Amino acid sequence: MVETVLETHGLTMRFGGVVAANNVDFRLGRRELRCLIGPNGAGKSTFFKCVTGLQTPTSGTVYMRGQETTDWRPHQVASLGVGIKTQVPNVMDGLSVHENIWLAARRFLPSREASQRTRDIIERLGLGDLSRRDLGQLAHGERQRVELGIVAVTDPWLVLLDEPAAGMSAEDVERMTGIIYELNRTAAIIIVEHDMQFIRSIASTVTVFHQGSILMEDHVDRVMADPTVRNVYLGKNA
Amino acid sequence: MQNQFGRDAFALLVTAGVLVWIAPLVISTYTLTVLIVYGMLALSLGLIWGYGGILCFGQAAFFGLGAYTYAIAAINIGESTLPMLLAIIVPFIFAMMLGAMMFYGRLGDVYVGVITLVVTLILYRFINSTAGPQFVLGKARLGGFNGIPGFQTLNVPGNPDSYIWGDGLYYFAAAALVVVLLLVSWLLASPFGRIAVGIRENETRMSLMGYDVAARKTLLFALGAAIAGLAGALFANWAEIVTPSLFSLGQSAEIIIWCIAGGLGTRFGPIIGAAALAYLKFLLGQQTLVDNTVIMGLILVLFVLFLPKGIVPAVVSGWTTLFGRRGAGKATALRRNRAGRGAVSHG
Ligand SMILES: Nc1ncnc2c1ncn2[C@@H]1O[C@H](COP(=O)(O)OP(=O)(O)OP(=O)(O)O)[C@@H](O)[C@H]1O
Ligand SMILES: [Mg+2]
Repeated sequence: MVETVLETHGLTMRFGGVVAANNVDFRLGRRELRCLIGPNGAGKSTFFKCVTGLQTPTSGTVYMRGQETTDWRPHQVASLGVGIKTQVPNVMDGLSVHENIWLAARRFLPSREASQRTRDIIERLGLGDLSRRDLGQLAHGERQRVELGIVAVTDPWLVLLDEPAAGMSAEDVERMTGIIYELNRTAAIIIVEHDMQFIRSIASTVTVFHQGSILMEDHVDRVMADPTVRNVYLGKNA
Repeated sequence: MQNQFGRDAFALLVTAGVLVWIAPLVISTYTLTVLIVYGMLALSLGLIWGYGGILCFGQAAFFGLGAYTYAIAAINIGESTLPMLLAIIVPFIFAMMLGAMMFYGRLGDVYVGVITLVVTLILYRFINSTAGPQFVLGKARLGGFNGIPGFQTLNVPGNPDSYIWGDGLYYFAAAALVVVLLLVSWLLASPFGRIAVGIRENETRMSLMGYDVAARKTLLFALGAAIAGLAGALFANWAEIVTPSLFSLGQSAEIIIWCIAGGLGTRFGPIIGAAALAYLKFLLGQQTLVDNTVIMGLILVLFVLFLPKGIVPAVVSGWTTLFGRRGAGKATALRRNRAGRGAVSHG
């Protein structure tokens, strides 16, 4: 059996009366590529936030590479080598593309190497011409790409992407798919997405969330064909 | 980067040298000394607010703490070297503890403002109430609202009878400001400074990159307090008395106004803002026609309305539009960008 990089047991998150995540048992293997789907408010982002320390779960435990990380703060989780893209864009709008990515690289590398890595990743992302521009001046798709660069530049072994394709052009999505495959050569990846086309193109195991719980976990084709899933999710959206 | 800093430092030294030499021809060194002290005080807030996004309503607390630490230590020791160092260290440690409490407690910006304000009020009240003879630290009486007069002022290290005062104090204060400015410039060009700016721009992202935001904000906050403490000690030497008004909210508010007027997110803006407004206040103090605070308030309103980014960013962008992108255009543009951001994210 493959090594487990992320595991949760009975992960539960309550907001007053709302149970945003309900007793979630989740397991992700090394270099696995997993898609998380579910209707709005199903608890996907909440699950991410609990895993990354942005929120502390009400109960349950989180393990990363066998180490318990349940009550860790975000910078501790990130320091392990976990790259995170949140649903709302989280970038430094007042700083240049280069500075944004350099700051990410500098966390794990000395300044000079960080600059080298930053230049490399900017080339790979096709952002060369925009390197010195402030992020606030860029188009949405370009900013998403920069955020992906921030995640990729540190060579993480676990990557969590919350709706990375949202609002992107077809061309941008294609480029991003390439980057995701590249990342996947060394990292396990979880992607939250609504775009079925995109999920099918990545074709992996899909986990379906519904009302805070895992409804189903299977290959994308079987998930799409499942009547219950179609009922709670696809029926309304597609 | 290193070369850039070297050139920057050289330009700074030359400019400062010329200014320090010329200024006494126009303004008395006695007045200039206090302008320099206020410049350093403004720089301390400009560092943590303009580059770290920490709006502290109580920078005067560290200023007062530095001044009182100096006065009390000078009375007890009778020589000024160690008291000067203590005036930097005590506010630094105090701010480390206060900052750790606020930033590890993940308080929002507004609460940080409120807490620093309340701490200043408490210190002010406390110092004011120490008039009784029971409030003694070693040989020093705290003196309450009367303050502490008659302490050993700055002397040549190891030689308590050889005082540094008058013109000497002016040159000493100027040199101290230049050294602090060089250290701040170096800090801002270093990864620590760049990471601080990143935290100012987006704390969540920086922590998701793996940076311990609370630790870094605490350290930056304490460095600002150390600079304010040094300014306080210099002020004590200039005034030759320390009083509770150093801790007053009016003093804190003035520091904030200096920073806004001079330009946040620049190194020179707060210093220039402080020197200009403090000198204006000094000139206004010599007339009785209009009330001082009214004019100060008016100036603040005018700045917020017409020059929201402050003097330095406005002058720099005016210069670049007039004379194009010639010469050190890159450095200037960088500074202007920083300035713009400071004003945008905290305006
Ligand atoms: N901080 C919060 N306080 C209160 N309720 C919250 C909070 N965060 C999320 N919720 C609630 O928890 C539930 C799950 O939200 P979550 O954002 O995890 O859903 P999601 O699956 O990511 O949805 P979407 O597809 O719209 O992003 C929702 O009902 C939401 O209103
Ligand atoms: Mg979500």
